[in-house]
Amino acid sequence: MMPATERRSRLRFGDLLGLGSHGLKAHPMRAALSALGIAIGIAAMIAVIGISTSSEALVREKLASLGTNMLTASAGTDFFGEDAKLPPDAVERVRRIDGVETASWIATLDKVNVYRNAAVDPGATGGLTVVVGENALLDATSSKLIRGSRLNAATERYPAVVLGERAAQKLGIRDVGSSVWIGGNQFTVVGILDRSPLAPELDSAAIIGPDIAMELFDFDGSPTTIYERSDDALVADVRDLLPGAINPESPNEVKVSRPSDALAAKNTVDQAFTGLLVGVGSIALLVGGIGVANTMVISVLERRREIGMRRSLGATRRHIRSQFLVEAMLLAAYGGLVGTVIGWLITALVARANGWIVAIPPLVLVAGVVVTVVVGAVAGVLPAIRAARTSPTTALSG
Amino acid sequence: MTEPIIELHGVTRSYGSPPTVALAGVDLRVERGEMLAIVGPSGSGKSTMLNLMGTLDRASSGDIRIAGEDTTTLTDAELSGLRAYTIGFVFQQFHLADGVTAVENVATGLLYTGVPLAERRRRAAVALERVGLGHRLGHRPSELSGGERQRVAIARAVVGEPPLLLADEPTGSLDTRSGAAVVEILHELNRSGTTVVVITHDVELAARLPRRVSIRDGRIELDQHDRTLEVA
Ligand SMILES: Nc1ncnc2c1ncn2[C@@H]1O[C@H](COP(=O)(O)OP(=O)(O)OP(=O)(O)O)[C@@H](O)[C@H]1O
Ligand SMILES: [Mg+2]
Repeated sequence: MMPATERRSRLRFGDLLGLGSHGLKAHPMRAALSALGIAIGIAAMIAVIGISTSSEALVREKLASLGTNMLTASAGTDFFGEDAKLPPDAVERVRRIDGVETASWIATLDKVNVYRNAAVDPGATGGLTVVVGENALLDATSSKLIRGSRLNAATERYPAVVLGERAAQKLGIRDVGSSVWIGGNQFTVVGILDRSPLAPELDSAAIIGPDIAMELFDFDGSPTTIYERSDDALVADVRDLLPGAINPESPNEVKVSRPSDALAAKNTVDQAFTGLLVGVGSIALLVGGIGVANTMVISVLERRREIGMRRSLGATRRHIRSQFLVEAMLLAAYGGLVGTVIGWLITALVARANGWIVAIPPLVLVAGVVVTVVVGAVAGVLPAIRAARTSPTTALSG
Repeated sequence: MTEPIIELHGVTRSYGSPPTVALAGVDLRVERGEMLAIVGPSGSGKSTMLNLMGTLDRASSGDIRIAGEDTTTLTDAELSGLRAYTIGFVFQQFHLADGVTAVENVATGLLYTGVPLAERRRRAAVALERVGLGHRLGHRPSELSGGERQRVAIARAVVGEPPLLLADEPTGSLDTRSGAAVVEILHELNRSGTTVVVITHDVELAARLPRRVSIRDGRIELDQHDRTLEVA
């Protein structure tokens, strides 16, 4: 016969998992209740992360279609605090900068306003502006038409106007062919723009061509804002060169911004809200862990006879410890799985209500379950050690 | 094989402080293939001695050798290995798992030897045949009589074919007829080579065994051999 030291007790891993699922099978209701806290905790965490990543995904997607390579340069204020104007030949110089792909401009006409018709009170401008712009403007700002066509070489010369999305709405214009009243002249609407996220100033603008602006309103050709797109890799270089190219005499007066940055910042989920939910989630997870520990302590007390019997059949202390540890981990993982599904559903609901696509990184879902398994392991340690210390003789005689 | 399966030398076991002595210096030698009864009044230390032989408990002093192994020097894992392969236990209260079938209960007897599940079930069915319960494989303990439950417990103890079977009042909660069936199974196991140690209050049962060890106040009072009843 082999010496005992060579005939060790062995427990297969599959059998260990089977033993660990005892609690779930024998007391499903108790398992559900004790896993509830963990489910709530992990659901809150997943929902927070899911909502914020889904909203960011939307912004990313929007930016991808709009491009992040657009810079806007505007005339700041001069030395005396007056609104500065940009030199008329600035756009030409911008186009010559290395890496610049397209450039365009607008000029705001300060003293000219747009109305539905001649009968409207001149004070009721509705916050709308009249700007001068040319053909290439819509390309540079990624603005899309929802109706009609853009100003082209032909229509630029005539009293034709393209309205921004908000401007059309304020003026009550639904389709092209209508006329509006600009600076005492009747203009025909040839196009209506969609919302313009990278150049929001266009939303409330009525855009007319340079030639007609010179003819009717003495427009001097000086732009107020220049839009420019460059090679993605060269955006930073172009940004440095822009002020000098636009206004060589006083580059300091030129203000350059990158609208895509502002857009990204505006759309990130409120930090305080996120912090609050993460806090609630952690507390629920902690309470859930205590719930699992409590269930395990009760389970160990109830099953002393079983523990003693297993010891007499050859289970080592480590086998008993592992059995109860695995049971706690499976219990928590069960809560984690349910919680992850609930968290995903909450995210899907919120995303649907906001018109986002659901974008939860798969790693987050995996991490959710892993975290709960760790919580279960921590909660199960003390009950498992207690189970392993149970004296087989007293357990079997009682 | 020359070494005895059980060897106790000056074994004592005392509980608490001030110590109450349950076993006060016991010497006992059991050869392989023997069948013996341990008898004595309640509280005399019978269960204490059986638990020490079964390595479920450790002696306060003295040496215990099981199948040649000095148990005082073995670790918990090594003692557990001894219980998994060498020792089978039967208790008065059966200690079966309520929720699972007879086959599953018996298969648990092989769980800690690392035998795969299908093989455990196969051997469990064979063990149940051996105790006359081949027709009760799928029954749960609640669907079995007391005698049948104890036979399931015996099948679980011997499914791994341990050389040593320790039984603590196996017929204690059975009626005469079921008790007799259980005793017959123990004899049968002994005839096929298993060393059987039975604690019993049943005088008739004890009288039919070739050796009776009487205990009183934690000491061996009498160790009777009856040559005529020994297995050839
Ligand atoms: N865990 C324990 N703690 C304290 N004392 C104990 C413990 N186990 C047994 N004893 C004591 O040891 C003595 C022997 O007990 P044991 O269980 O061995 O008796 P027994 O001969 O099996 O009796 P019975 O026939 O009633 O089963 C008794 O006095 C008992 O009170
Ligand atoms: Mg006893």
